[in-house]
Amino acid sequence: MPLPELFRDNSTAAALADLATTGKLELGELTIEISPANIHEALHRIKHKLGFNRLSSVTGVDRFPVEPRFEVVYHVQSTTTKERLRIKARVSGDNPEIESACPVFRAANWYEREVFDFFGVRFLNHPDMKRIMLPDDFEGYPLRKDFPVTGTRY
Amino acid sequence: MAIESGVTSALEVEQDYEKHLNSPGHRTMVLNMGPQHPSTHGVLRLLLELDGETILKAAPEIGYLHTGIEKEFEAKTYQQGVTLTDRIDYLAPLSNNLVYCLAAEKLLGLEIPPLAQFTRVMLAELTRLNSHLVWLGTHAIDIGAMSVFLYCFREREDILRIFEMFSGQRMMTSYFRIGGLALPHPRGWQKRVKDFVDIFPSRIDEYEELLTGNSIWMGRTKGVGFISLEDMLDLGVTGPMLRAAGLPLDIRKDAPYSSYEKFDFNVPTSTVNDVFARYQIRLQEMRESTKIIRQALEGMPSGSHQADAPGIVLPDREKMKTQMEALIYHFKIVTEGFRVPAGEVYQTIESPRGEVGCYMISDGTQKPYRVHWRGPSFGNLQSIPRLIEGTLIADVIAALGSMDFVLGDTDR
Repeated sequence: MPLPELFRDNSTAAALADLATTGKLELGELTIEISPANIHEALHRIKHKLGFNRLSSVTGVDRFPVEPRFEVVYHVQSTTTKERLRIKARVSGDNPEIESACPVFRAANWYEREVFDFFGVRFLNHPDMKRIMLPDDFEGYPLRKDFPVTGTRY
Repeated sequence: MAIESGVTSALEVEQDYEKHLNSPGHRTMVLNMGPQHPSTHGVLRLLLELDGETILKAAPEIGYLHTGIEKEFEAKTYQQGVTLTDRIDYLAPLSNNLVYCLAAEKLLGLEIPPLAQFTRVMLAELTRLNSHLVWLGTHAIDIGAMSVFLYCFREREDILRIFEMFSGQRMMTSYFRIGGLALPHPRGWQKRVKDFVDIFPSRIDEYEELLTGNSIWMGRTKGVGFISLEDMLDLGVTGPMLRAAGLPLDIRKDAPYSSYEKFDFNVPTSTVNDVFARYQIRLQEMRESTKIIRQALEGMPSGSHQADAPGIVLPDREKMKTQMEALIYHFKIVTEGFRVPAGEVYQTIESPRGEVGCYMISDGTQKPYRVHWRGPSFGNLQSIPRLIEGTLIADVIAALGSMDFVLGDTDR
Protein backbone atom coordinates (compact mmCIF):
# COMPACT_ATOMS: atom_id res chain seq x y z
CA MET A 1 0.00 0.00 0.00
CA PRO A 2 1.48 3.39 -0.93
CA LEU A 3 2.10 5.59 2.08
CA PRO A 4 0.51 9.03 2.13
CA GLU A 5 2.52 12.17 1.52
CA LEU A 6 2.70 12.61 5.26
CA PHE A 7 5.63 10.23 5.36
CA ARG A 8 7.61 12.58 3.15
CA ASP A 9 6.69 15.88 4.81
CA ASN A 10 6.73 14.99 8.49
CA SER A 11 10.14 14.07 9.89
CA THR A 12 8.77 11.84 12.68
CA ALA A 13 6.61 9.93 10.22
CA ALA A 14 9.49 9.70 7.73
CA ALA A 15 11.71 8.11 10.37
CA LEU A 16 9.10 5.38 10.86
CA ALA A 17 8.12 4.98 7.20
CA ASP A 18 9.73 1.56 6.78
CA LEU A 19 7.70 0.10 9.69
CA ALA A 20 4.43 1.95 9.20
CA THR A 21 1.42 0.60 7.37
CA THR A 22 -0.40 3.93 7.28
CA GLY A 23 -0.57 7.24 9.11
CA LYS A 24 -2.50 10.47 9.41
CA LEU A 25 -2.26 13.97 10.81
CA GLU A 26 -5.67 15.01 12.08
CA LEU A 27 -6.58 17.86 14.45
CA GLY A 28 -2.87 18.45 14.89
CA GLU A 29 -2.28 14.96 16.22
CA LEU A 30 0.03 12.55 14.43
CA THR A 31 -1.05 8.91 14.28
CA ILE A 32 1.12 6.17 12.85
CA GLU A 33 -0.05 2.62 12.38
CA ILE A 34 2.45 -0.15 12.81
CA SER A 35 1.91 -3.83 12.16
CA PRO A 36 1.96 -5.78 15.45
CA ALA A 37 5.04 -7.76 14.38
CA ASN A 38 7.13 -4.58 14.27
CA ILE A 39 5.82 -2.91 17.40
CA HIS A 40 8.84 -3.61 19.58
CA GLU A 41 11.27 -2.27 17.00
CA ALA A 42 9.10 0.77 16.39
CA LEU A 43 8.79 1.65 20.08
CA HIS A 44 12.50 1.15 20.57
CA ARG A 45 13.26 3.51 17.71
CA ILE A 46 10.70 6.04 18.95
CA LYS A 47 12.29 6.14 22.37
CA HIS A 48 15.99 5.96 21.58
CA LYS A 49 16.29 7.61 18.15
CA LEU A 50 13.35 10.01 18.01
CA GLY A 51 13.48 11.09 21.66
CA PHE A 52 9.90 10.29 22.71
CA ASN A 53 11.02 9.28 26.17
CA ARG A 54 7.69 9.20 28.02
CA LEU A 55 4.91 6.69 27.58
CA SER A 56 1.76 8.57 28.49
CA SER A 57 -0.77 5.79 28.08
CA VAL A 58 -1.53 2.47 26.47
CA THR A 59 -5.09 1.57 25.73
CA GLY A 60 -7.27 -0.58 23.53
CA VAL A 61 -10.16 0.00 21.17
CA ASP A 62 -12.60 -2.68 20.08
CA ARG A 63 -13.72 -2.28 16.44
CA PHE A 64 -16.10 -5.25 16.57
CA PRO A 65 -17.21 -6.68 14.10
CA VAL A 66 -14.39 -5.31 11.91
CA GLU A 67 -11.35 -7.56 11.59
CA PRO A 68 -8.59 -7.10 12.81
CA ARG A 69 -10.79 -6.39 15.76
CA PHE A 70 -8.60 -4.67 18.34
CA GLU A 71 -6.46 -1.57 18.20
CA VAL A 72 -3.71 -1.15 20.77
CA VAL A 73 -2.98 2.56 21.06
CA TYR A 74 0.20 4.03 22.55
CA HIS A 75 0.57 7.72 23.37
CA VAL A 76 4.15 8.87 23.75
CA GLN A 77 5.62 12.28 24.48
CA SER A 78 9.05 13.84 24.33
CA THR A 79 9.94 15.78 27.47
CA THR A 80 12.37 18.02 25.56
CA THR A 81 10.27 19.08 22.57
CA LYS A 82 6.92 18.32 24.34
CA GLU A 83 5.72 16.73 21.11
CA ARG A 84 3.20 13.90 21.22
CA LEU A 85 2.75 10.91 18.99
CA ARG A 86 0.12 8.21 18.73
CA ILE A 87 1.10 4.71 17.66
CA LYS A 88 -1.52 2.14 16.72
CA ALA A 89 -1.30 -1.57 16.13
CA ARG A 90 -4.23 -3.66 14.93
CA VAL A 91 -4.59 -7.06 16.53
CA SER A 92 -6.87 -9.85 15.33
CA GLY A 93 -9.90 -10.90 17.35
CA ASP A 94 -9.23 -14.66 17.15
CA ASN A 95 -5.87 -14.56 18.82
CA PRO A 96 -5.31 -11.13 20.33
CA GLU A 97 -1.60 -11.08 21.05
CA ILE A 98 1.08 -8.43 20.73
CA GLU A 99 4.63 -7.95 21.94
CA SER A 100 4.83 -6.12 25.26
CA ALA A 101 6.30 -2.63 25.45
CA CYS A 102 7.73 -3.27 28.93
CA PRO A 103 11.34 -3.83 27.80
CA VAL A 104 11.29 -0.34 26.25
CA PHE A 105 9.03 1.60 28.63
CA ARG A 106 8.66 0.19 32.14
CA ALA A 107 5.49 2.26 32.56
CA ALA A 108 3.78 -0.10 30.10
CA ASN A 109 3.57 -2.73 32.86
CA TRP A 110 0.33 -1.55 34.45
CA TYR A 111 -1.04 0.07 31.29
CA GLU A 112 -0.84 -3.23 29.43
CA ARG A 113 -2.31 -5.17 32.31
CA GLU A 114 -5.27 -2.80 32.14
CA VAL A 115 -5.70 -3.46 28.41
CA PHE A 116 -5.54 -7.20 29.09
CA ASP A 117 -8.07 -6.83 31.88
CA PHE A 118 -10.62 -4.91 29.81
CA PHE A 119 -10.06 -6.24 26.27
CA GLY A 120 -8.36 -9.59 26.67
CA VAL A 121 -5.39 -8.64 24.51
CA ARG A 122 -2.38 -10.65 25.72
CA PHE A 123 1.02 -9.00 25.79
CA LEU A 124 3.88 -11.40 25.11
CA ASN A 125 6.98 -11.24 27.31
CA HIS A 126 5.13 -9.12 29.86
CA PRO A 127 6.59 -9.74 33.35
CA ASP A 128 3.23 -10.02 35.12
CA MET A 129 0.39 -10.64 32.66
CA LYS A 130 -2.77 -10.85 34.77
CA ARG A 131 -5.83 -8.81 35.62
CA ILE A 132 -5.25 -5.53 37.44
CA MET A 133 -8.63 -3.92 38.29
CA LEU A 134 -11.09 -6.81 38.18
CA PRO A 135 -10.92 -9.92 40.35
CA ASP A 136 -8.85 -12.78 38.93
CA ASP A 137 -11.93 -15.01 38.52
CA PHE A 138 -13.94 -12.43 36.57
CA GLU A 139 -15.39 -13.82 33.35
CA GLY A 140 -15.23 -11.81 30.15
CA TYR A 141 -13.60 -8.57 29.13
CA PRO A 142 -15.88 -5.63 29.93
CA LEU A 143 -14.72 -3.00 27.44
CA ARG A 144 -15.37 -5.29 24.47
CA LYS A 145 -18.32 -4.10 22.45
CA ASP A 146 -20.16 -7.41 22.84
CA PHE A 147 -20.08 -7.11 26.65
CA PRO A 148 -23.33 -5.55 27.91
CA VAL A 149 -23.37 -2.25 29.81
CA THR A 150 -26.03 -3.51 32.22
CA GLY A 151 -26.72 -7.04 33.43
CA THR A 152 -24.31 -9.76 34.39
CA ARG A 153 -24.50 -12.22 31.50
CA TYR A 154 -21.66 -12.07 29.02
CA MET B 1 12.95 -9.64 38.50
CA ALA B 2 11.96 -6.52 40.38
CA ILE B 3 14.78 -4.56 38.82
CA GLU B 4 14.02 -5.78 35.31
CA SER B 5 10.32 -5.03 35.32
CA GLY B 6 10.47 -2.01 37.59
CA VAL B 7 7.16 -2.89 39.17
CA THR B 8 7.05 -5.64 41.76
CA SER B 9 4.06 -7.96 41.63
CA ALA B 10 2.20 -9.36 44.60
CA LEU B 11 3.02 -12.90 43.51
CA GLU B 12 6.70 -12.07 43.55
CA VAL B 13 6.52 -10.91 47.15
CA GLU B 14 4.73 -14.09 48.17
CA GLN B 15 7.18 -16.34 46.30
CA ASP B 16 10.12 -14.48 47.73
CA TYR B 17 8.68 -14.91 51.20
CA GLU B 18 8.18 -18.65 50.68
CA LYS B 19 11.80 -18.92 49.67
CA HIS B 20 12.97 -17.12 52.80
CA LEU B 21 10.58 -19.13 54.94
CA ASN B 22 12.15 -22.40 53.87
CA SER B 23 15.72 -21.23 54.23
CA PRO B 24 17.45 -21.81 57.57
CA GLY B 25 17.39 -18.83 59.91
CA HIS B 26 14.69 -16.97 57.94
CA ARG B 27 13.99 -13.51 59.21
CA THR B 28 11.50 -11.81 56.92
CA MET B 29 7.76 -11.38 57.21
CA VAL B 30 5.01 -10.22 54.88
CA LEU B 31 2.80 -7.39 56.05
CA ASN B 32 -0.49 -6.46 54.42
CA MET B 33 -0.98 -2.71 54.52
CA GLY B 34 -4.50 -1.85 53.51
CA PRO B 35 -6.94 -1.97 51.78
CA GLN B 36 -8.50 -0.32 54.84
CA HIS B 37 -5.43 1.45 56.15
CA PRO B 38 -6.20 5.10 56.96
CA SER B 39 -3.03 6.51 55.42
CA THR B 40 -3.53 4.81 52.06
CA HIS B 41 -6.30 7.40 51.47
CA GLY B 42 -8.79 5.06 49.96
CA VAL B 43 -8.53 1.42 49.19
CA LEU B 44 -4.97 0.67 48.22
CA ARG B 45 -3.44 -2.60 49.33
CA LEU B 46 0.30 -2.81 49.75
CA LEU B 47 2.15 -6.06 50.30
CA LEU B 48 5.34 -5.37 52.17
CA GLU B 49 8.06 -7.91 52.77
CA LEU B 50 9.98 -6.84 55.83
CA ASP B 51 13.33 -7.68 57.32
CA GLY B 52 12.92 -6.14 60.75
CA GLU B 53 11.79 -2.62 59.92
CA THR B 54 13.37 -2.52 56.48
CA ILE B 55 11.23 -3.08 53.40
CA LEU B 56 12.77 -5.62 51.07
CA LYS B 57 9.95 -5.71 48.58
CA ALA B 58 6.72 -3.83 48.08
CA ALA B 59 3.84 -4.58 45.75
CA PRO B 60 0.78 -2.38 45.31
CA GLU B 61 -2.55 -4.06 44.57
CA ILE B 62 -5.26 -1.85 43.10
CA GLY B 63 -8.74 -2.20 41.67
CA TYR B 64 -10.87 -2.09 44.81
CA LEU B 65 -12.56 1.11 43.63
CA HIS B 66 -13.07 0.15 40.00
CA THR B 67 -16.41 1.52 38.81
CA GLY B 68 -16.35 0.88 35.06
CA ILE B 69 -16.57 4.54 34.15
CA GLU B 70 -14.91 4.02 30.76
CA LYS B 71 -17.65 1.56 29.78
CA GLU B 72 -20.32 3.89 31.10
CA PHE B 73 -19.14 6.72 28.81
CA GLU B 74 -20.07 4.60 25.81
CA ALA B 75 -23.68 4.38 26.99
CA LYS B 76 -24.15 8.11 27.64
CA THR B 77 -24.45 11.05 25.28
CA TYR B 78 -21.51 13.45 25.17
CA GLN B 79 -23.11 16.01 27.48
CA GLN B 80 -24.23 13.36 30.00
CA GLY B 81 -20.65 12.10 30.16
CA VAL B 82 -19.58 15.28 31.96
CA THR B 83 -21.20 14.07 35.17
CA LEU B 84 -19.12 10.89 35.12
CA THR B 85 -15.87 12.82 34.98
CA ASP B 86 -16.57 14.42 38.37
CA ARG B 87 -16.54 11.02 39.96
CA ILE B 88 -13.19 9.87 38.59
CA ASP B 89 -10.90 12.10 40.62
CA TYR B 90 -13.26 13.28 43.31
CA LEU B 91 -10.82 15.81 44.71
CA ALA B 92 -10.40 17.60 41.39
CA PRO B 93 -13.80 17.40 39.67
CA LEU B 94 -13.45 20.60 37.68
CA SER B 95 -10.09 19.59 36.19
CA ASN B 96 -11.73 16.42 34.93
CA ASN B 97 -14.73 18.31 33.55
CA LEU B 98 -12.29 20.55 31.73
CA VAL B 99 -10.28 17.86 29.97
CA TYR B 100 -13.43 16.03 28.86
CA CYS B 101 -15.03 19.20 27.51
CA LEU B 102 -11.83 20.27 25.75
CA ALA B 103 -11.59 16.89 24.04
CA ALA B 104 -15.18 17.01 22.81
CA GLU B 105 -14.85 20.65 21.78
CA LYS B 106 -11.74 19.85 19.76
CA LEU B 107 -13.67 17.18 17.85
CA LEU B 108 -16.58 19.57 17.33
CA GLY B 109 -14.32 22.48 16.39
CA LEU B 110 -16.09 24.77 18.86
CA GLU B 111 -14.83 28.24 19.69
CA ILE B 112 -15.28 28.97 23.39
CA PRO B 113 -15.92 32.61 24.38
CA PRO B 114 -13.21 34.32 26.49
CA LEU B 115 -15.44 34.69 29.55
CA ALA B 116 -15.98 30.94 29.71
CA GLN B 117 -12.28 30.28 29.21
CA PHE B 118 -11.22 32.64 32.00
CA THR B 119 -13.84 31.18 34.32
CA ARG B 120 -12.56 27.71 33.52
CA VAL B 121 -9.00 28.74 34.35
CA MET B 122 -10.09 30.40 37.58
CA LEU B 123 -12.14 27.44 38.78
CA ALA B 124 -9.53 24.90 37.67
CA GLU B 125 -6.96 26.72 39.79
CA LEU B 126 -9.36 26.83 42.75
CA THR B 127 -9.68 23.08 42.24
CA ARG B 128 -5.90 22.79 42.44
CA LEU B 129 -5.94 24.69 45.74
CA ASN B 130 -8.79 22.52 46.99
CA SER B 131 -6.93 19.34 46.13
CA HIS B 132 -3.60 20.53 47.53
CA LEU B 133 -5.32 21.58 50.76
CA VAL B 134 -6.81 18.13 51.25
CA TRP B 135 -3.41 16.65 50.44
CA LEU B 136 -1.58 18.91 52.90
CA GLY B 137 -4.06 18.28 55.71
CA THR B 138 -4.09 14.51 55.35
CA HIS B 139 -0.36 14.25 54.67
CA ALA B 140 0.34 16.19 57.86
CA ILE B 141 -2.13 14.10 59.87
CA ASP B 142 -0.43 10.92 58.62
CA ILE B 143 2.89 12.16 59.90
CA GLY B 144 1.38 13.27 63.20
CA ALA B 145 0.72 17.00 62.87
CA MET B 146 -2.96 16.98 63.75
CA SER B 147 -3.86 20.67 63.71
CA VAL B 148 -2.76 21.42 60.13
CA PHE B 149 -5.75 19.42 58.96
CA LEU B 150 -8.16 21.82 60.67
CA TYR B 151 -6.47 24.88 59.17
CA CYS B 152 -6.52 23.37 55.67
CA PHE B 153 -10.15 22.37 55.83
CA ARG B 154 -11.11 25.88 56.98
CA GLU B 155 -9.84 27.29 53.66
CA ARG B 156 -11.18 24.33 51.69
CA GLU B 157 -14.62 25.21 52.99
CA ASP B 158 -14.30 28.68 51.44
CA ILE B 159 -13.41 27.12 48.10
CA LEU B 160 -16.30 24.65 48.26
CA ARG B 161 -18.64 27.57 48.98
CA ILE B 162 -17.38 29.29 45.84
CA PHE B 163 -18.05 26.09 43.87
CA GLU B 164 -21.51 25.90 45.36
CA MET B 165 -22.17 29.49 44.43
CA PHE B 166 -21.22 28.86 40.80
CA SER B 167 -22.69 25.44 40.21
CA GLY B 168 -25.03 24.62 43.09
CA GLN B 169 -22.79 21.72 44.11
CA ARG B 170 -19.88 21.53 46.50
CA MET B 171 -18.03 18.57 45.05
CA MET B 172 -19.62 16.96 41.99
CA THR B 173 -19.92 20.28 40.21
CA SER B 174 -20.26 19.38 36.49
CA TYR B 175 -20.03 23.12 35.90
CA PHE B 176 -18.06 22.99 32.66
CA ARG B 177 -20.16 21.73 29.77
CA ILE B 178 -19.32 21.06 26.18
CA GLY B 179 -19.67 24.51 24.65
CA GLY B 180 -18.98 26.60 27.74
CA LEU B 181 -20.36 26.75 31.25
CA ALA B 182 -23.51 25.22 32.68
CA LEU B 183 -24.82 28.48 34.13
CA PRO B 184 -23.99 32.18 33.88
CA HIS B 185 -21.95 33.71 36.68
CA PRO B 186 -23.80 34.03 39.98
CA ARG B 187 -24.43 37.44 41.46
CA GLY B 188 -21.72 38.68 43.80
CA TRP B 189 -19.11 36.06 42.94
CA GLN B 190 -16.35 38.67 42.54
CA LYS B 191 -16.46 39.64 46.20
CA ARG B 192 -16.37 36.02 47.36
CA VAL B 193 -13.38 35.15 45.17
CA LYS B 194 -11.62 38.44 45.98
CA ASP B 195 -12.01 37.89 49.72
CA PHE B 196 -10.52 34.46 49.27
CA VAL B 197 -7.46 35.45 47.21
CA ASP B 198 -6.83 38.39 49.56
CA ILE B 199 -6.66 36.19 52.63
CA PHE B 200 -5.18 33.01 51.17
CA PRO B 201 -1.46 33.95 50.86
CA SER B 202 -1.41 34.72 54.59
CA ARG B 203 -3.04 31.34 55.23
CA ILE B 204 -0.25 29.60 53.30
CA ASP B 205 2.18 31.46 55.58
CA GLU B 206 0.31 29.95 58.50
CA TYR B 207 0.77 26.41 57.18
CA GLU B 208 4.44 27.12 56.62
CA GLU B 209 4.74 28.41 60.17
CA LEU B 210 3.25 25.16 61.42
CA LEU B 211 5.37 22.85 59.29
CA THR B 212 8.34 24.23 57.36
CA GLY B 213 10.65 24.92 60.28
CA ASN B 214 9.19 22.21 62.48
CA SER B 215 11.97 19.81 63.44
CA ILE B 216 9.68 16.77 63.64
CA TRP B 217 8.27 17.54 60.20
CA MET B 218 11.75 17.99 58.76
CA GLY B 219 12.97 14.82 60.42
CA ARG B 220 10.12 12.80 58.96
CA THR B 221 10.27 14.24 55.44
CA LYS B 222 13.83 15.30 54.59
CA GLY B 223 15.86 12.67 52.75
CA VAL B 224 12.85 10.34 52.58
CA GLY B 225 11.14 8.90 49.51
CA PHE B 226 13.89 9.41 46.96
CA ILE B 227 13.40 8.12 43.43
CA SER B 228 15.59 9.08 40.48
CA LEU B 229 14.21 11.25 37.70
CA GLU B 230 15.00 8.57 35.10
CA ASP B 231 12.98 6.00 37.04
CA MET B 232 10.07 8.41 37.36
CA LEU B 233 9.97 9.22 33.65
CA ASP B 234 10.24 5.57 32.75
CA LEU B 235 7.51 4.52 35.19
CA GLY B 236 4.99 7.13 34.07
CA VAL B 237 5.12 9.61 36.94
CA THR B 238 3.87 13.15 36.22
CA GLY B 239 2.99 16.30 38.10
CA PRO B 240 4.54 17.82 41.24
CA MET B 241 6.71 14.74 41.83
CA LEU B 242 8.57 15.30 38.56
CA ARG B 243 8.88 19.00 39.24
CA ALA B 244 10.34 18.28 42.66
CA ALA B 245 13.03 16.30 40.82
CA GLY B 246 13.94 19.26 38.64
CA LEU B 247 11.98 18.65 35.43
CA PRO B 248 9.67 21.62 34.71
CA LEU B 249 7.04 19.56 32.88
CA ASP B 250 3.74 21.41 33.12
CA ILE B 251 1.10 21.15 30.40
CA ARG B 252 -0.23 24.60 31.32
CA LYS B 253 3.05 25.99 29.93
CA ASP B 254 3.96 23.34 27.34
CA ALA B 255 0.66 23.15 25.49
CA PRO B 256 -1.54 25.94 26.90
CA TYR B 257 -5.25 25.17 26.87
CA SER B 258 -8.25 27.30 27.76
CA SER B 259 -6.21 30.56 27.44
CA TYR B 260 -3.52 29.69 30.02
CA GLU B 261 -1.05 31.45 27.70
CA LYS B 262 -2.59 34.77 28.79
CA PHE B 263 -1.66 34.26 32.44
CA ASP B 264 1.60 35.06 34.12
CA PHE B 265 2.79 32.34 36.49
CA ASN B 266 5.88 30.30 37.26
CA VAL B 267 6.38 26.55 37.39
CA PRO B 268 8.20 25.92 40.66
CA THR B 269 10.88 23.23 40.57
CA SER B 270 13.38 21.81 43.00
CA THR B 271 16.22 19.35 42.62
CA VAL B 272 16.17 17.87 46.13
CA ASN B 273 13.62 15.21 45.19
CA ASP B 274 12.45 14.06 48.62
CA VAL B 275 9.17 14.26 50.51
CA PHE B 276 10.06 17.68 51.89
CA ALA B 277 10.81 19.03 48.40
CA ARG B 278 7.43 17.79 47.15
CA TYR B 279 5.78 19.56 50.07
CA GLN B 280 7.58 22.80 49.19
CA ILE B 281 6.71 22.48 45.50
CA ARG B 282 3.02 22.07 46.27
CA LEU B 283 3.01 25.04 48.64
CA GLN B 284 4.66 27.19 45.96
CA GLU B 285 2.14 25.91 43.43
CA MET B 286 -0.61 27.10 45.75
CA ARG B 287 0.93 30.59 45.73
CA GLU B 288 1.18 30.53 41.94
CA SER B 289 -2.42 29.36 41.61
CA THR B 290 -3.54 32.24 43.81
CA LYS B 291 -1.76 34.59 41.39
CA ILE B 292 -3.61 33.03 38.44
CA ILE B 293 -6.97 33.30 40.21
CA ARG B 294 -6.34 36.98 40.93
CA GLN B 295 -5.44 37.63 37.28
CA ALA B 296 -8.57 35.83 36.12
CA LEU B 297 -10.69 37.78 38.57
CA GLU B 298 -9.27 41.15 37.57
CA GLY B 299 -9.15 40.49 33.84
CA MET B 300 -12.48 38.67 33.52
CA PRO B 301 -13.80 39.52 30.04
CA SER B 302 -17.45 40.22 29.40
CA GLY B 303 -19.63 38.29 27.00
CA SER B 304 -21.51 35.06 26.80
CA HIS B 305 -20.83 32.06 28.99
CA GLN B 306 -21.57 29.65 26.16
CA ALA B 307 -20.42 29.25 22.58
CA ASP B 308 -22.66 30.33 19.73
CA ALA B 309 -23.61 26.81 18.68
CA PRO B 310 -27.39 26.37 18.71
CA GLY B 311 -27.38 22.63 18.08
CA ILE B 312 -24.99 21.91 20.94
CA VAL B 313 -25.57 24.29 23.85
CA LEU B 314 -29.00 24.50 25.42
CA PRO B 315 -30.96 27.61 24.38
CA ASP B 316 -31.83 30.41 26.73
CA ARG B 317 -35.03 29.80 28.77
CA GLU B 318 -36.56 33.09 27.63
CA LYS B 319 -35.96 32.28 23.96
CA MET B 320 -37.58 28.89 24.42
CA LYS B 321 -40.82 30.60 25.38
CA THR B 322 -40.85 32.88 22.37
CA GLN B 323 -39.00 31.12 19.54
CA MET B 324 -40.01 27.86 17.93
CA GLU B 325 -36.43 27.03 16.82
CA ALA B 326 -35.09 27.35 20.35
CA LEU B 327 -37.73 24.95 21.61
CA ILE B 328 -36.91 22.43 18.88
CA TYR B 329 -33.19 22.63 19.62
CA HIS B 330 -33.86 22.15 23.32
CA PHE B 331 -36.00 19.11 22.66
CA LYS B 332 -33.48 17.56 20.32
CA ILE B 333 -30.44 18.18 22.54
CA VAL B 334 -32.16 16.80 25.63
CA THR B 335 -33.78 13.75 24.02
CA GLU B 336 -31.11 12.56 21.61
CA GLY B 337 -28.00 14.68 22.15
CA PHE B 338 -25.86 16.09 19.38
CA ARG B 339 -23.71 14.38 16.79
CA VAL B 340 -19.95 14.76 16.99
CA PRO B 341 -17.88 14.45 13.79
CA ALA B 342 -15.94 11.19 13.53
CA GLY B 343 -12.34 11.36 14.66
CA GLU B 344 -10.08 10.82 17.61
CA VAL B 345 -8.35 13.16 19.99
CA TYR B 346 -6.01 12.85 22.97
CA GLN B 347 -6.45 15.90 25.16
CA THR B 348 -4.22 16.39 28.18
CA ILE B 349 -4.28 18.96 30.95
CA GLU B 350 -2.33 19.53 34.15
CA SER B 351 -4.48 18.39 37.04
CA PRO B 352 -3.34 18.88 40.67
CA ARG B 353 -1.78 15.40 40.49
CA GLY B 354 -0.21 15.52 37.06
CA GLU B 355 -1.18 14.70 33.51
CA VAL B 356 -4.82 13.80 32.90
CA GLY B 357 -5.39 12.47 29.43
CA CYS B 358 -8.74 11.98 27.76
CA TYR B 359 -8.60 9.87 24.60
CA MET B 360 -11.92 10.28 22.87
CA ILE B 361 -13.00 8.46 19.74
CA SER B 362 -16.13 9.50 17.93
CA ASP B 363 -17.84 7.51 15.20
CA GLY B 364 -20.16 10.35 14.24
CA THR B 365 -23.05 9.41 16.53
CA GLN B 366 -24.42 11.02 19.70
CA LYS B 367 -22.42 8.81 22.04
CA PRO B 368 -18.64 8.45 22.22
CA TYR B 369 -17.33 5.26 20.63
CA ARG B 370 -14.63 5.02 23.25
CA VAL B 371 -13.30 7.25 26.05
CA HIS B 372 -10.04 6.30 27.70
CA TRP B 373 -9.00 8.09 30.84
CA ARG B 374 -5.33 8.42 31.62
CA GLY B 375 -5.37 9.17 35.33
CA PRO B 376 -2.27 10.71 36.86
CA SER B 377 -2.60 8.64 40.04
CA PHE B 378 -2.45 5.42 38.03
CA GLY B 379 0.89 6.32 36.50
CA ASN B 380 2.26 7.71 39.75
CA LEU B 381 1.30 4.67 41.84
CA GLN B 382 3.39 2.39 39.63
CA SER B 383 6.52 3.91 41.10
CA ILE B 384 5.68 2.93 44.71
CA PRO B 385 8.05 -0.06 44.88
CA ARG B 386 10.93 2.07 43.60
CA LEU B 387 10.06 4.73 46.14
CA ILE B 388 9.92 2.61 49.27
CA GLU B 389 11.98 -0.53 48.72
CA GLY B 390 15.00 -0.41 50.99
CA THR B 391 13.56 2.22 53.33
CA LEU B 392 12.05 1.89 56.80
CA ILE B 393 8.40 1.05 57.36
CA ALA B 394 7.70 4.36 59.09
CA ASP B 395 8.80 6.19 55.93
CA VAL B 396 6.20 4.39 53.81
CA ILE B 397 3.50 6.67 55.18
CA ALA B 398 5.47 9.81 54.38
CA ALA B 399 6.43 8.56 50.91
CA LEU B 400 2.88 7.53 50.04
CA GLY B 401 1.53 10.85 51.27
CA SER B 402 3.99 12.76 49.10
CA MET B 403 2.57 11.13 45.95
CA ASP B 404 -0.91 12.54 46.53
CA PHE B 405 -2.86 9.84 44.76
CA VAL B 406 -6.62 9.41 44.63
CA LEU B 407 -7.82 5.84 44.32
CA GLY B 408 -10.91 6.83 42.35
CA ASP B 409 -8.56 8.20 39.73
CA THR B 410 -6.37 5.10 39.82
CA ASP B 411 -9.11 2.51 39.48
CA ARG B 412 -11.70 4.54 37.52
